[in-house]
Amino acid sequence: MTDTTSTGVGNPLSRKQLSGKQLSGKQLSGKQGVPREPNVPAAKQPPGTSRLHLLAPRKRTGAGERKLTPWLFMLVPLAFLAVFSYIPVVNLFRYSLTSWDGFSPTRPYVGLKNYVDLFTRPELFEVFFVCLYYLAASVVQLGLALYFATVLSFNVKFKNLFKGIIFFPYLVNGVAISFIFLYFFQPNGTLDSALRIIGVHGQHFWLGNPHLANVSLAGVSVWRYTGLDFVLFLGAIQSIPGDFYEAAEIDGASRWQQFRFIIAPGIKPIISLLTILAISGSISVFEVPFVMTGGANGTTTFVIQTFNQAFQFQKVGLASAAAVVLLAIVLVVTWIQRLLVPDEKDIV
Amino acid sequence: MSAPIVAVRSGTAVVLKYLTLVLACVVVLLPMVAVLMTALKTSKEVATGSALSPPHNWLNYHNFVTAFNKGDMLQGLFNTGFLLVFSVTGTVLIGSMTAYAIGRFNFRFKRVVVALFLLAALVPSVTTQVATFKIINFFGLVDTRWGPILLYTGTDIVSIYIFLQFIRSIPISLDESARLDGANAFTIYRKIIFPLLKPAIATVVIIKGIFVYNDFVSPFLYMPDANLGTVSTSLFRFKGPFGAHWEDISAGAILVIVPSLVIFLLLQRFIYNGLTRGAVK
Repeated sequence: MTDTTSTGVGNPLSRKQLSGKQLSGKQLSGKQGVPREPNVPAAKQPPGTSRLHLLAPRKRTGAGERKLTPWLFMLVPLAFLAVFSYIPVVNLFRYSLTSWDGFSPTRPYVGLKNYVDLFTRPELFEVFFVCLYYLAASVVQLGLALYFATVLSFNVKFKNLFKGIIFFPYLVNGVAISFIFLYFFQPNGTLDSALRIIGVHGQHFWLGNPHLANVSLAGVSVWRYTGLDFVLFLGAIQSIPGDFYEAAEIDGASRWQQFRFIIAPGIKPIISLLTILAISGSISVFEVPFVMTGGANGTTTFVIQTFNQAFQFQKVGLASAAAVVLLAIVLVVTWIQRLLVPDEKDIV
Repeated sequence: MSAPIVAVRSGTAVVLKYLTLVLACVVVLLPMVAVLMTALKTSKEVATGSALSPPHNWLNYHNFVTAFNKGDMLQGLFNTGFLLVFSVTGTVLIGSMTAYAIGRFNFRFKRVVVALFLLAALVPSVTTQVATFKIINFFGLVDTRWGPILLYTGTDIVSIYIFLQFIRSIPISLDESARLDGANAFTIYRKIIFPLLKPAIATVVIIKGIFVYNDFVSPFLYMPDANLGTVSTSLFRFKGPFGAHWEDISAGAILVIVPSLVIFLLLQRFIYNGLTRGAVK
């Protein structure tokens, strides 16, 4: 029970021991507007002194036990983190310096040969260019999402219906999406039939033509993910207090000015998050092109190639080198992004 | 003087606004509607008609029966359900425990631990699968349901983040009063923190549930056995023998989409909120 009288008595003592993290908790929880510590006036506890109390030994439980408790809670999570996140990354590095086939007991060391291969053999290098189609698609996707989020944040009829329809593709199973678009892009399929209605005749090999195939697949990616970006933008825009717009309107600001000076600053964090997701997403595309074309007609992505090498051709060494390069790109891009847009909030 | 011009301009703006919205809906719905109509056609209709011609009989459910039986959908639903139950439970437990430890305790190397979790979140898991596969294989978990379950449970940093943010909004005075009543850290976690985390748990269950239901990579790599098909992999394998039978393949795709649609219609608001909350770091 949260009886105020009982906590009121005990609080000063326990607060001393906990006040260190209390401070950091306060900074973050402040914006949720949750009442915190109503019974202890903040003035009683100057923040400067609180850190010292942290070191004071506990009365009831031993200090050792108290130190151990958080580690007990994190035992399993940390084990998972090590086994499924860090050991694979370390192993990737180790495999990438060998010509291991994936099952023999020996892993012949070959130095940097795999990396040299990766950057000098054009058929291996090609996959980098495929990423660019998806990167371009993410730009389109962000633009569309931002447009629809802005439009739907103002008064629109059937708002929820529009919102639901634009968002729904994100929830659809990727294999189902692949089949839907295989049918869509078939010669004489949905797209050709629709084009015929508006007067464009003829069969197109949307997936068979190497010049078109990647554009078609990138289009699927726009169809699939615009909804997510849109909902995230919409959430950010709607968290801007409504009286901002009212005030702006009274001052005679146009819709564009409202967007430029109210909405744009409010969605900055989402844009930087979605940029990272877009970049790491466009180099790790796998599912849709794998199911739809299997990588034929120049649609092999980085991940499809890596999987083929590792699981079909038993070239685990080369595949690992490719994965390391992929990983390095993602980390460097994220790092640059962090440098350009420093995070105001800290998690600790 | 400017009033009529403004009116005309805003009039066109309104028309344009609705035009783009309707266009977006057409683009979203057209591919799905075409597949739905195809699923209702007979193979003869598919062979002769256009992709956009309506089916002769709107209640022709035969293709759905074929897809459900020949596509092993029942087994797919069972396996996906199994993965869902265990990985969602695991994620909630692991995420809330980690968040409790980080959010409520000060300990040495706390910054290091947090940095380790954050750094891991940056690594797209699909890139490390080559090495992860060897680890799952090392534990003898290839071709079991536990491989994907461990991966879903063990590497979800987003849900830790959601729990952490939420735990910070729970007043510490609650912990303290319980501690004075003699409760230890585990009791506080179980009796006070965990029950208060309900909204965050709902968020995590939704995000994780959508992800697991739709995931293809993990079951494809780790559960290749024919008896271990999930919804995604069963649908994927169904296409093989039914190569050009678009009416059956379409029916299979629709069958897989229907649960998503139902969940979406029922939980719309929670899904939107969950995704927004999960993303805003």
